[in-house]
Amino acid sequence: MVPLNWYLVLAAFIFSCGLYAALARRNAIAALMGIELMLNAVNINLVAFWRYGEFVERLEGQVFALFVIAVAAAEVAVGLALIISVYRSRRTVNLDELDLLQG
Amino acid sequence: MPGLDALPFPLPTVQQVIFILIAGMTVTGALITALAPNLFHNALGLVLAFFGVAGVYVLLEAEFLAVSQVLIYVGAIATLITFAIMLTRGMMFGRTSSTNRLMLSTAIISALFFLVLTGLLVNVAWPEIGAELAGSEQMIADLGEMFVTTYLVPFELMALLLLAALAGAILLARD
Amino acid sequence: MQHWSTTLTNFFVGLGLPEPVAMAIAFIIGATALAIFAPTLALGLIWITRKIISRIQDRIGPNRVGPYGLFQTVADAAKLLSKEDISPTDADRVAYNLAPILSVFGVIMSTAVIAFAPGIIGADLHVGVLFLVALGSLGILSALMAGWSSNNKYALLAGFRVIAQLLSYEIPMVLAMLGPVLLAGSMRLQALSEFQSLEIAGFNIGLGWTAFIMPAVFLIYFISALAEGEQTPFDLLEAESELIAGFHIEYSGMKFAMFFLAQFLNSFFLGGIAVMLFLGGWQGPFVDQLPILGVVYFLGKAMLVYAVTQWIKGTFPRVRIDQMMAFAWKVLVPMVLALILWQMIALKLPAPTWVQYAAILIGNLGALALIVVILNRHLSKEEIRTKRAFEPTSLIGTMQPAPPSPGN
Repeated sequence: MVPLNWYLVLAAFIFSCGLYAALARRNAIAALMGIELMLNAVNINLVAFWRYGEFVERLEGQVFALFVIAVAAAEVAVGLALIISVYRSRRTVNLDELDLLQG
Repeated sequence: MPGLDALPFPLPTVQQVIFILIAGMTVTGALITALAPNLFHNALGLVLAFFGVAGVYVLLEAEFLAVSQVLIYVGAIATLITFAIMLTRGMMFGRTSSTNRLMLSTAIISALFFLVLTGLLVNVAWPEIGAELAGSEQMIADLGEMFVTTYLVPFELMALLLLAALAGAILLARD
Repeated sequence: MQHWSTTLTNFFVGLGLPEPVAMAIAFIIGATALAIFAPTLALGLIWITRKIISRIQDRIGPNRVGPYGLFQTVADAAKLLSKEDISPTDADRVAYNLAPILSVFGVIMSTAVIAFAPGIIGADLHVGVLFLVALGSLGILSALMAGWSSNNKYALLAGFRVIAQLLSYEIPMVLAMLGPVLLAGSMRLQALSEFQSLEIAGFNIGLGWTAFIMPAVFLIYFISALAEGEQTPFDLLEAESELIAGFHIEYSGMKFAMFFLAQFLNSFFLGGIAVMLFLGGWQGPFVDQLPILGVVYFLGKAMLVYAVTQWIKGTFPRVRIDQMMAFAWKVLVPMVLALILWQMIALKLPAPTWVQYAAILIGNLGALALIVVILNRHLSKEEIRTKRAFEPTSLIGTMQPAPPSPGN
């Protein structure tokens, strides 16, 4: 079998990519994609720990991963609706131009 | 074959080779998502990464989760993201760079985060072998049962959350 | 029933090969057979479509190349392959070239879980039904990629329409697929086919179709599948007069052929899913004694469903896009939700199985009757309104005969 830490390293890499995209990208949609990547990395960890853990017959890892997927779906729907609504009023989705609340 | 015993590491098994292929695919997708300047290519990279993660779930013997991943992430989330990219496509071919002024520090932080985490992870004695699974059809039935017994309240809250998100998204995106 | 791969592996082991190698060879043979089967089938499907449509339109159809024009499609395919392969300038190359591949990939992947006969199925996944649904979403993605990357506003508009239509009709389709799954208690396609047997005096006549128990759910699936397969009356994506043939307008030659292939195969496999879930799959008389008969039954039923969709294609007018969306969200989704809820209540009734099934059947028939009454009332109101708006009598009254030309 594949050792557990291979999965964990893969998840860490995906998480780092997501972190970079969420913090460094200018476009709000790209930042949202980064957040999706991070959620996926978390899911890999959850399922991998479930599979290699002591209580394989209890499916907590999978249940939690499914909850994460559902929350991600809700988050993307609302996030994209916000982005589209902002684009309509400001004609931009660049995060550093949306500084209306800055004093 | 005499020469093979002299290798510094053991030969990978078939499963490990498959893992390396899938991981390569996922990493490529994640890198495209994070680094490609074109937003549409980001979305394509994201789809590739989602498929890779589904492959990882198959390797972990969580078939239901793998199919759900393709169904929800590729079928719904990636499509929504592409849709949003098209609706805001005036932003696509930007005059400015695709990253903000935090780019360098973020890159360093992300790389450090990955390196530290990896250094930590490879030094822990994780279990190498998972327990044998009972039949996977039974597992899907158990999963369904857990949602309506142990995790009934979170499950119903999830339904409420999705409904609220649906209503909120429609309200926000309307003219 | 033994799985085909076991038989094949045993055969190769008998030839003296080690077992892992024999297994690998068996699966490679199976995968190749499925991958070749799908495009070959498409050639036949296109011929059937042309023949049926021409009969409906009082023509003969292709009859020059080969017996009954059977090789016309082969000739057309050869023509398409020899055409120049054009990419528009400023097209997004990666997405533009990937889109047709992805569309064919999704369709051919779905052959892997289709239950042709007892023991003859590529892979009997425990999540087979969900797998088919997930692959359907690849089609949406490829249409979107094609529409975007062509750098053509008509292609992009058609791409938007594709998402709207396919996403809307995916919901009633998936919920309708839930009906047989709940009844059989399994998402394995082989288990679903096995469930639909009917034994009379110890002999399996294979008529325990779930469509008999839930006709309304079957009808909802069929209508949604027509929309998912982009067939008339929901072929708005192809509306030639409005969208100049949809999202693949900029494609030519080989890449266009791939979209074409994917569309025909997709509508056939949607019919195949209808057969597996609702119309008994490979069930039929004598299939227990001679399993290979199942292939004949399955393909025969699937062809019949396909012929019905082509019949609809030849006779129905196209609906408007607002009518189509309203029908999905205001009629199909509430109806299928109510039916699934009723089915779950009926299956928990403390009664023998046949009472439960009768309750489901009564619920289905009641829902159908209710929908017909409501739609009838709604549509008759609609008709009166349009008559008032257009006043057809006055139009006829203003028409004048053409003045005679002075030359005569």
